[in-house]
Amino acid sequence: MNQSLDPDSVSITRRVMDALRLDPVLFLLLIVLTLFGSTLLYSATGSDIASVVRQLTRLAVAILLLIAAANVPLRVIRKMSIWLYLGGIAMLIAVIYFGEVGKGAQRWLDLGIIRFQPSEILKLAVPMIVAAYLSDRVLPVGWKELLVSSILVLIPLLLIARQPDLGTAILVGSAGFFVLFLAGVRWRIIISLALLLSSMAPLLWKFALHEYQRKRILTLLDPESDPLGSGYHIIQSKIAIGSGGVYGKGWLNGSQSQLEFIPERSTDFIFSVFGEEFGFFGSVVLILIYLAIIYRGLYIAAHSTENFGRLLAGALSLTFFVYLFVNTGMVTGILPVVGVPLPLISYGGTSMVTLMVGFGLIMSIRSARRFLG
Amino acid sequence: MSKREQLKDDYLENRLIRRRLGLSAIIATILLSLVLGRLYVLQVVDYEHFATLSDSNRIRIKALPPTRGLIFDRNGVVMANNLPAYRLEIVREQVDDLSATLQRLRRYVDYSEQDLKRFEQSSKRRRPFESIPLRFNLNDEEVARLAVNLHKFEGVEINARLTRNYPLGSHAVHALGYVGRIDAKDLGKVDEIDYAGTTHIGKLGLEKFYEDELHGTVGVQQVEVNAKGRTLRVLTESPPIQGNNLYLTIDSRLQMVAEQAFGDLRGAAVAIDPNNGEILALVSMPTFDPNLFVNGISFDAYNQLRDSSQRPLFNRALSGQYPPGSTVKPFYALAGLEANVTQKDKEVYCKGYYQLPGEPRRYRDWKKEGHGPMQISDAIIQSCDIYFYDLAYRMGIDRMSLFLAQFGFGVKTGIDSTGERSGLLPSREWKRRAEGLPWFPGETLITGIGQGALLTTPLQLANSIAAFASKGKRFRPRLVKSIEQVRDQTRTETSSEVVGQYQILKEINWTHIHNALVNVVHGPRGTARRISRGIKYRVAGKTGTSQVFEVAQDEEYDAETVSDKLRDHALFVSYAPAEKPRIAIAVIVENGGHGSTVAAPIARKIMDAYLLDQL
Repeated sequence: MNQSLDPDSVSITRRVMDALRLDPVLFLLLIVLTLFGSTLLYSATGSDIASVVRQLTRLAVAILLLIAAANVPLRVIRKMSIWLYLGGIAMLIAVIYFGEVGKGAQRWLDLGIIRFQPSEILKLAVPMIVAAYLSDRVLPVGWKELLVSSILVLIPLLLIARQPDLGTAILVGSAGFFVLFLAGVRWRIIISLALLLSSMAPLLWKFALHEYQRKRILTLLDPESDPLGSGYHIIQSKIAIGSGGVYGKGWLNGSQSQLEFIPERSTDFIFSVFGEEFGFFGSVVLILIYLAIIYRGLYIAAHSTENFGRLLAGALSLTFFVYLFVNTGMVTGILPVVGVPLPLISYGGTSMVTLMVGFGLIMSIRSARRFLG
Repeated sequence: MSKREQLKDDYLENRLIRRRLGLSAIIATILLSLVLGRLYVLQVVDYEHFATLSDSNRIRIKALPPTRGLIFDRNGVVMANNLPAYRLEIVREQVDDLSATLQRLRRYVDYSEQDLKRFEQSSKRRRPFESIPLRFNLNDEEVARLAVNLHKFEGVEINARLTRNYPLGSHAVHALGYVGRIDAKDLGKVDEIDYAGTTHIGKLGLEKFYEDELHGTVGVQQVEVNAKGRTLRVLTESPPIQGNNLYLTIDSRLQMVAEQAFGDLRGAAVAIDPNNGEILALVSMPTFDPNLFVNGISFDAYNQLRDSSQRPLFNRALSGQYPPGSTVKPFYALAGLEANVTQKDKEVYCKGYYQLPGEPRRYRDWKKEGHGPMQISDAIIQSCDIYFYDLAYRMGIDRMSLFLAQFGFGVKTGIDSTGERSGLLPSREWKRRAEGLPWFPGETLITGIGQGALLTTPLQLANSIAAFASKGKRFRPRLVKSIEQVRDQTRTETSSEVVGQYQILKEINWTHIHNALVNVVHGPRGTARRISRGIKYRVAGKTGTSQVFEVAQDEEYDAETVSDKLRDHALFVSYAPAEKPRIAIAVIVENGGHGSTVAAPIARKIMDAYLLDQL
C-alpha cells in the first residue's frame, strides 16, 4: 500500500474507509464476494427472496461487527485474547451440560435472546491466544512454546470434536496450527509430527472418528456405496458441476440445482449450484476473488510491525483459505464430506459473523501498523 | 531459555514469519490450483459425460414410510392400529394457481387456517412434484363431494393413507399416549433419512417412549422421473420394514373395569403385579380420546380439553403428586419396629390430640374424642394419628425419610413411559435448599401421618405397596411385556428388573404390620371393613385421607361447607390375595372425602375383576 499524504488525491471512498479504519482493498473484495453470494443464494434457494433478505440482514450485522472489530485497538484485542479463550472454553463445557441437540450433535447454546455455537468463538480465540502467547517469545519457537501452544489448541479442539463437529474442529485446529507454523516451528518437528500422525492413522480411524465420519471417507472412495446419504451428495454435486461446462447454464437455469438434485444446495453444497450455473469460467473468477482476499490478508500480516499482528493476521487468512479449500474440495469430490460452508456465501449466519469479525481483526492489525508508523 | 531470550531480534523474526507467510501463499495457491484443475477436468474435459448424465439425471430416490407397529394388551386385544384414512393432497407443480385452487376447494371441503399453515410448512420441505396433505381424515361425505368434482382440480388428489387409530378410544389413553403430526421440533430430533416419508410421530406416553421400536425402517424406491420431476416408473425398491409390535402388561378388560369404577370421579388408580412389576391397569380419570390428536386437534376442541376444570389431559397416575395421607403409615410402622423405636406391645394413649413437649399447639387426630390406648396394630387398623405423631417424634425425620426412600418414595419409578414425576421426600437438607429454612419438629409430626411436604404419585404409591407386599423387593414398573418383530415373528419378552431391595431385619415385624393391614379390611374395627362384605379372598389394605388445605387450629373440618375443590383426597392402597399377593393397587380419588368410602370400593372392584375369574 502506498500511503499518499496529499489530501486532495484522497477520494471520498478512501476517506470514509480511513475514518472507519477499514482496509479498502480487503473491504471492497469482501463486499463484492458477499453481494455476488447473495445473488447466487437467490438461485440456490429456488428463488426464495425471503431467505436472501435474511442472509442480507445477517450480512449487515456481520459488516457492522467487522467495522466494530476494526476499531478495537490491537493492544486491546491482545489483552482480550485470554478472556475470549477462557469464556469460549467455559461455554463449550456449558454446551455439554445445557446444550441443545440438533441432528445428532450437541453444539448449540441457548442464551435466551440468542442461540449460537460457542465453537465459533474459538475459531477466533484460539489463533488469538496462541499468537498472543508466542509474540512474547523468541522465535522460532522451541519445544516448551510448542508444548504450551499445543495444549492451548488441543483443549478446545477435543471439546469441539466430541460434540461431534469435525468441520469446526478442523478449522479451529488449523487456525492454531497456522500460528505455530508462521512462528517458525522447525521443519523436522513438523515432519516428525506428520509421520507420527500418519502412523497413528489406523488407530485414529478406529477410535477417534465417529461412525458417520468413517462412512463419509469410505463413500469418497466409492460414492455408490451410500446412495441415500453422503454418496448421493457427491454424485449429484459432480454431475451438476460437470454439466455446467465452460460458461455454465446461466443464473437460475441450472437444471440439477433447480430440480433439487443437489442436497443442501443453499448451504454446504452451494458451490455445486455455482459450478452448474456459471461454469468453469465463473469458478476461476470466484476462486481468484477468494485468492485475492487471502493474499491481501497475508500481505497485511507481512507488513504488520509486531509479531502478534503478523501471526494473527496470517493465521486468520490461512484459516479462510482452509474453509475454501475444504468446501470446494468436498463438492468436487476430492475431499470427504465435512460440514464446512463455502465462506461468506453459504446460507447461514454463524460462520459469516465469525469470518467478518476475523477480517475486522485483520483490519485492526493493519491500522496498528499505520498509526504506529 | 534465558540465553535465547537475549537473542530476540525483531528483524530476524520478521524475516522468518515473512518467509513462512510466503510459503503459505505458495501452498495455498498450489492447493487451489488443484481444485481448479479438478474443476477443469469436471467442467471442460469430462463436460460431455456429465452433460449427458445431467440430461438423463432422471433417477430419484423416494422414501417409502414404514407402517407403525401395533400395540396389543397382554391378552392380544388391539389397543392401537393403523387404518386407511382419506387425505386431500395437492401436487403443487401440477397446479397453475395455487391460491385460487385453495379458494375454490373451500366450496367442497372445509379446512382450517391451521391446516393451511401446516400445508405451507410441509411445502417448503418437499419437492414440487410430491403430494402434500392439506386435510387429513376426510369423512365419507367429503370424499364423495370431492370425488365428483375432482376433474375440475388439476393436481388435487384424494389418497388413502394408513393413519393411527385407537380402537378403545378414551380407554387407557394415559398409558398409551398418542401420535401426532411431526412438527419442526420433532424434526430436529430424528434421523432425517429414516423419517423422510413419515408424517406422524409418538408425542406422549408409550407411543413416544417406544418411538424407536414402533417406527420401523424406511424403504427406498428408485424411480425414473421426467425432466419436470414426475415419476414415470419404479426401477428398484427395497420395501420399508414395519415397526415392532408391542404387547403390553395392561389387561384392557381390567383397565375398563377400573375406569368404570371411577364413574364421574376424578383420580387415578394403578394396579401392579408385585411379583414382577407388570402394570395391569393404569387409570387417570377423566380421560380423553387420543384419536382427536392424531391428525391435529382443532384449537377449539383443544382449548376445551385444556381449560376443563376436570383436567382430562393431565396424567394423574404418573404426573399427579399428592400427599399420601395415612397410606404411608404401614411404612412408618415397619420402620418403627425395625429400628426398635416402638414395639408391638408399646401403648400410646390417644386422647384426640398430641402436643410436642413445651408447645401449646395441638396436633389433632381425625377422631375428635380419640381412640384411647393404642398399640401399633390398632393404630394401623383404626388409623390413629396420635400414635404416629408420637412415633414420628421419636424416630425423627432423617430416619423416616431414609426408610421411605427404600420403598421408592421421592424418586421416579423408571416406568417405560413419559411424564413421570418424582414426588417429594422431605428432609432437612431439602428444606434448607428449597426454602432456606431449618426443619421444624412440627413438620416431622405431620410428615408422620403422610401430610405436609411429603408427595407421591399414584404410580409410586402402587409400586411402594407392591414392594411392601413382596417383603421389600421393588421392581421397575413396566407397561410393555414383549416386543414382536413382525418380519420374523419373534417376540422378545422384556425382563423384570429389581431396582430396590429392602432387607427386612426381623420377618416378624413385617408379618405384624401385614396382619394389621389385613385387619384394616377384615377386622371388626378396620377402617375399610365395609369393602369386605361378600369378599372371597383376603385383602391387605390401608385407607388414607389427605388434606388439600389446612384446617386452622380451632376450626372444624366440615365436608359439607368446604367447596368441592378443597375437599380431602381419598386414598386406598392394597394388595391381594393376602397370602400370596398377585395384585397391588393404589387408588386416589381427588376431593373424594374419605378413603374408606370412596377409594376402597374402587380397589375392590379392580381386585374382584382380576382375581375372581382366575381363582
